[in-house]
Parts: sequence; structure tokens; C-alpha cells
Amino acid sequence: MSLFQKFDPIRAGLDLLVANGRNPFELRFEKILSPTEALLDGRTILLLGTNNYLGLTFDPACIEASSRALHAAGTGTTGSRIANGTYCDHAVLERRIAEFYGRRSAITFTTGYQANLGLIATLAGHGDHLLIDADSHASIYDASKLSNAEVIRFRHNDPEDLAHRLRRLKGRPGNRFIVTEGIYSMLGDAAPLREIAVVKREMGAYLIVDEAHSLGILGENGRGLCEAAGVEADVDFIVGTFSKSLGAVGGFATSDLPGFDLMRLACRAYMFTASLPPAVVASVIASLRRISTDGSLRARVISSCRRLYFGLDQAGFEVGPQPNPIVAVRMPDRETAAQFWNRLLDEGVYANLALPPATPGSLCLIRCSVSSAHTEAQIDRAVSIMTAVATELRVLGAARPHLSPNAGAAQSAS
Amino acid sequence: MTYDGRNFEGEILELLMARVPGGMPVSVDTQIVGGLGLDSVAILDFIMDLEDHFDISIPLDRIAEVQTVAELSSAVEGLLRATR
Ligand SMILES: Cc1ncc(COP(=O)(O)O)c(C=O)c1O
Repeated sequence: MSLFQKFDPIRAGLDLLVANGRNPFELRFEKILSPTEALLDGRTILLLGTNNYLGLTFDPACIEASSRALHAAGTGTTGSRIANGTYCDHAVLERRIAEFYGRRSAITFTTGYQANLGLIATLAGHGDHLLIDADSHASIYDASKLSNAEVIRFRHNDPEDLAHRLRRLKGRPGNRFIVTEGIYSMLGDAAPLREIAVVKREMGAYLIVDEAHSLGILGENGRGLCEAAGVEADVDFIVGTFSKSLGAVGGFATSDLPGFDLMRLACRAYMFTASLPPAVVASVIASLRRISTDGSLRARVISSCRRLYFGLDQAGFEVGPQPNPIVAVRMPDRETAAQFWNRLLDEGVYANLALPPATPGSLCLIRCSVSSAHTEAQIDRAVSIMTAVATELRVLGAARPHLSPNAGAAQSAS
Repeated sequence: MTYDGRNFEGEILELLMARVPGGMPVSVDTQIVGGLGLDSVAILDFIMDLEDHFDISIPLDRIAEVQTVAELSSAVEGLLRATR
């Protein structure tokens, strides 16, 4: 058997995509024009799948701070905080994150992926129990694999099922850790965090919430679902990323528990990789300042995502359960999804093609993400192009139910 | 394999068949990963079905090496015995 033969199913999946048009993994944007537009094959494309929720990638203050730091401190740190030391701005950023969340301390990581990997795998050790939502992001699954704890999945967004699975552990020693996300990245549905917090309190567990897609979006002050659900005091650890609403790259974990900072000397995803470069750290300090002081970005992205969500809903698309900045519409199968995605690009719109197993319930999706930088005209154009393509490919039905993560499974079982 | 007079393999096969697309034949020697057209998430969902059916926890690390229904059956039986 050749070394790469085990990837035959991947090749088959890729062949199917290519048979239906472009290879999605080989798009080359020639120029990024703004948070909402790029040049592709010489044409201006509307970007509707970037997770650039607050449009801060071209924010003048962020670019200015970033470029000043680049000139002052150089292009990279060339090593980890443990080996090469901490730059002042690393410490400033960690302080600002902790202040933003009103917690004792925060630790930054080089990506959000590593933040999950580091936090979860280091916290949950041998004899402990990790209870993760079934639709968790790959980084949470990989963290679970890396941890020495026993890993149990609970049904997506189902606090009763979580309680049931915790009850099964009754009498067993070890800490319990519950892991959920603020907004789930495929269907844009938020976790029932208030109910999950009740389970946590009643059953005795630690609660970790990944706010990757909800930081700066949910809550009066943009602190995410924990704030919006009024359960910040119940959440022991918040994880997040700088790569979406904050417009850069990197990740963090924050906690109020004393002793949290010792993680720096135990967490391999923190210790054995280079720290964030100065230019990135400076831009995140600036973008975090912006979202802490200016609620208008949040208001704009919320209003734009509602415009897209209800526009598509009204046009007859099967949309996700809630209007959040991730708006996904269901496609009947892989081929149609690939064709739809290609036709959108022909018409000048870039969205994400999301296919199983990266999706819940084996759903085939066209996934859009909305930015506060989108204009109403851009959103309306997207709705009208998506509707026209859907009519052409016959994917619209009358009075479709809203998507639920179990929709695919339910269908294949029937 | 029996325990409490139960036919674990039979019960597991039944649950597995409900998950397998297009009525593919399934036996105790079927390779669960790769042999049935189930992707990684579908297999995890099947494990969840088993947890609820047998009312046990099946930690993911515990079944990492399991390949066939027969092996899964003995893993489940072991977990059930451990909880009594
Ligand atoms: C829920 C969730 N957690 C973590 C990550 C990883 O973030 P990063 O891009 O910073 O590695 C993502 C991004 O894809 C995500 O969706």
C-alpha cells in the first residue's frame, strides 16, 4: 500500500468537487481590496465568508499600531515566551484581555487552535472527565485526544443530555470539565448556556466556553455569549481567538481561578512554540480597545446578519436556527453544493463550501459570514444573487423548516 | 458473547445497521472504520447511540483501537461489568 493510499477517500471527495467546477482549495485572491472585497481572476468579488465580523483588518488605528510595532520591535520574536522572554506588549495584551473580561489573568497563544489544545489538554488530566459538545470544533476534539482524561460527547446544545451523561459518572473520582462554544461555526447557533450553567452548578463541574465566533458580537459589551446569557460567574475559563472579530491571528484563555498562571509552565502548546509577533500583538491591543469602546460595530454586524438571514429565509432557503453573523443555507447534496458555490463565484460572491464531515448532521452547506463592514446594498446583492442561483439549480422549496444540526441525520435515517 | 443473558453483538449490529447508508451488509467482523462508508462524525454518533442503549459511558480514548463489531462488543461488555 502506498504511503498516500489511505487518503483515497479524500481524493475521491476532491475529484467530485473538481468535476463540478473550481477546486475550492486552490482559489488565489490576487488582491484583498477591503474587508468585504477582493480581486479574483481580475474581477472584484464580494467576500461573504471571511469571519471578519467587525471588519477590523483594515482599521487605520490597528494598521498604524501594528506598523509602529513592526518597526520598533521587528518581524518576529523568534521563540517562545519561556525561552526568549516576554515582550512588554505581550504582557499589556494579556492584562487588557483580563480587564476586558473582568478576570484575574489571561494567557495568549499563537492561534486559537493552540489555545484550546493547550488549555483543555493541560487542565484535564488522567482520571478526569471531559464532556464536549458533539458539534465541537476540531481544536476541541484534538485537545481531547491529547488530554489524558476520559472524553464523553454530549448531544449538541442539549443540557438535559449533558446532565444525563454527568449522572452516569456518579461515584467516579476526577474533575469534570464541560466544553461548549458561544456560537457554533457551521450553523451559527448559540449554546443554551444558561441551562448548561445550571447543570454545571448542580452536578459540580468546571465550565469552559470557546467564544471564537461570539467575541465582540454577543453581549452588551461584546464579551460574548457568557455575558449575553448572564452566566459569566459560572464560566471558569473563556477561550477565544484574535483571528476573527479582532482581525489578526492568535488566541487566548482567561480565568479568575487563582493559580491559572502556572499553566504557562505546564502547557506545551504555550511553551514549545514561538510567541505572537509584535505587529500582531499591537494590532490586537488596538482592535480590542476599539471593540471595548465602540459598540457601533457590533450593532452593525447584528443588523446586517439579520438582513441576510431573514432575506434568505424569505426567499425560501433553509437557514440555521438563529440569526447570527454565521448564516448557513442547506444544499440537498455535495454536487449541488459544489455547483452552487461555483455559480456564486461566477456571479461575484465568495462564500464557504462546507461539507461533511466538517459539518454537523452530515449537512451540505453554503456558509456565509457577515461583517459590520458590509453595506446594506452588498447584503441585498448577495441575497438576490443567491436566490437567482438557487432558482437556477432548483434548491428552493416553499415553507422549509429551519436547519437543525440533526436534520441531516434525521433525513438519512428516514 | 453474553452477559446478563444479553446478546451484545446482536444489539450493537442492530444499532449499527440503523446508521449505515443504503442497507450495506454488516457482520461481527465488519471493519467499522473505513468499511461502511461512515465518516468520523457518524461513527462518534453511533458510539453515542450505544452509550444510551446500554446506559454506560464509552470514553472515546477507550475505543480508539476498536476495529470490528466483535471487538466493540467486548469493550462494551467490559464497561458494563465495570459499572456493576
Ligand atoms: C470554535 C472555534 N474554536 C477555535 C478556532 C481556532 O481559531 P484560530 O483560527 O485562531 O486557530 C476556530 C476557528 O476556526 C473555531 O471556529
